[in-house]
Amino acid sequence: MFSESRLSQIDEIIKRYPEGRHKSALLPVLHLAQEDHGWLPVALMDEVARILKIQPIEVYEVASFYTMFHLKPVGKYVLEVCRTGPCCTVGAEELIQYIEDKLQIQVGETTKDGLFTLKTVECLAACGTGPVLQVGPEYIYRENLTPQKIDELIDELRSKG
Amino acid sequence: MARKILLEHIDVPGIQTFEVYRKMGGYEAVAKALKQMSPDEIVEEVKKSGLRGRGGAGFPTGMKWSFLDKKSDKPRYLVCNADESEPGTFKDRYLMEKIPHILIEGMICSSIALGARTSYIYVRGEMMYVIKILEKAIQEAYQAGFLGKNILGTDYSLDLYVQPGGGAYICGEETALLESLEGKRGNPRNKPPFPALWGLYGCPTVVNNVETIADVPWIINHGGEAYASIGIGKSTGTKLISACGNINNPGVYEIELGITVEEFINSDEYCGGIANGRKLKAVVAGGSSVPILPADLILTTASGEQRRMTYESLSDGGFVSGTMLGSGGFIVYDDRQCIVRNLWNFTRFYHHESCGQCSPCREGTGWMEKVLHRIENGHGKMSDIDLLVDVAKKIEGKTICPLGEAAAWPVASAIRHFRAEFEEHVRHPDSCVKKHLHREMAHAH
Repeated sequence: MFSESRLSQIDEIIKRYPEGRHKSALLPVLHLAQEDHGWLPVALMDEVARILKIQPIEVYEVASFYTMFHLKPVGKYVLEVCRTGPCCTVGAEELIQYIEDKLQIQVGETTKDGLFTLKTVECLAACGTGPVLQVGPEYIYRENLTPQKIDELIDELRSKG
Repeated sequence: MARKILLEHIDVPGIQTFEVYRKMGGYEAVAKALKQMSPDEIVEEVKKSGLRGRGGAGFPTGMKWSFLDKKSDKPRYLVCNADESEPGTFKDRYLMEKIPHILIEGMICSSIALGARTSYIYVRGEMMYVIKILEKAIQEAYQAGFLGKNILGTDYSLDLYVQPGGGAYICGEETALLESLEGKRGNPRNKPPFPALWGLYGCPTVVNNVETIADVPWIINHGGEAYASIGIGKSTGTKLISACGNINNPGVYEIELGITVEEFINSDEYCGGIANGRKLKAVVAGGSSVPILPADLILTTASGEQRRMTYESLSDGGFVSGTMLGSGGFIVYDDRQCIVRNLWNFTRFYHHESCGQCSPCREGTGWMEKVLHRIENGHGKMSDIDLLVDVAKKIEGKTICPLGEAAAWPVASAIRHFRAEFEEHVRHPDSCVKKHLHREMAHAH
């Protein structure tokens, strides 16, 4: 399920940790797995367990703990809007509503064309430049958002397809 | 202009690169630490500097370093806590993005002092672009011979790696961070044993915040006493403050510890005053976990002195009339802001981010969120206000890690200082301040 180049990249990651501590590679490898597949199906997590020589349950319990890992399919682009205090102070809630209306989906849903999933996240450490969202799979930040900037972002992502 | 230690060269074009950073005097501290100082001397200088942990707890850094188990024959580790995710706090991200080599140089100097041969920077996964910036900077440092084997021709070798997190606020707690780095769920460990004795892989480990580590090269270059001469009393040096909310100039500022809160809020050099000519209502001075203070108490202590941006002055009065410097996440609220709504938002955050290990935190944060939600939405009872205080008390001090306190303190302080606003919500649910605020924002769009 991983390409040869990914497998050699994983080998390099494992070398960052002392002998026998390869479980430390789990988060970096899960990020790579999600980057390749968009989300983490059970079969893929089982493959990660096999590569890292740990039990599948050790992968499941970690993948389900951290919010960045998608355990269900998501759209090609995941828009994750910060919904925490400072961003709400400068209009994040209204912006979430704007995106819901624009994409005709609710938070947690994916557009029919499979292009966008809308999520909310907790503080992205961009409180001075809120409202902010991150765009997966690259996890690029977009700050000081306005409805106009949202329009431009969605057009840009749609043009990429 | 105030003295700058961390942000002195922030506006120099290309400062992100090794070449420009080096031209500005970067990595001189590594040479000095390796060739002119012993590890103990570095620790001593850091002790003399009075540097305190810049992540929030404010524990003396040199003392923390000196706790490292030197008798152990196990490897020692330095781990940088770059899991910044405290609402209101965004200064580490700024530092890593704008001047990554200051952190890399700090990691090398600190690793030399601690005798670490492998060090890790644990960065929250959401900041993927920052991770890439750091990885590039590390690669440059390897190429220039400041990392890897036999650094600058000495017998000291060091490997430095970036570890991406997976999106969990709790991993900012040092033992949860270590669990996460070991490839497990980020559940905090019981302390003691502290990481200095039993840290990463059961080995002696120091976990320091980004800003703390970034201060070390300057201390090595200029000496601990020079650092201690900046600031007031036990609040030595400079501090990065990330300011946000209803101010004219949100951003990251490096202040000399000791300026007044009033100067910080109103000076054009910093926040530039309250936005739109509004009136100051309240401030959360050190990230969402610290007690909120109303305008009069954030500007002046209960004893009538001007409040200063120091660990001591901000905490003057304890939690009755004071707060904490914390991480330096400075959130300013103007008179349109609804305290109940903002508190509900923070409580939702802590409920979401609780690791679930301790029942008081797992359940209590959820209860507080629910009660606040019903007050905010017009279904609250007057008894709910005391219920919130009671639940907060039952969380505080009853959890393995400080997330319990982080969730409880905002609730207790908001009700202490703004009880009338909570009562107003219960009595007149339709007339709460948020409606005005939201209407104004809708018009602005």
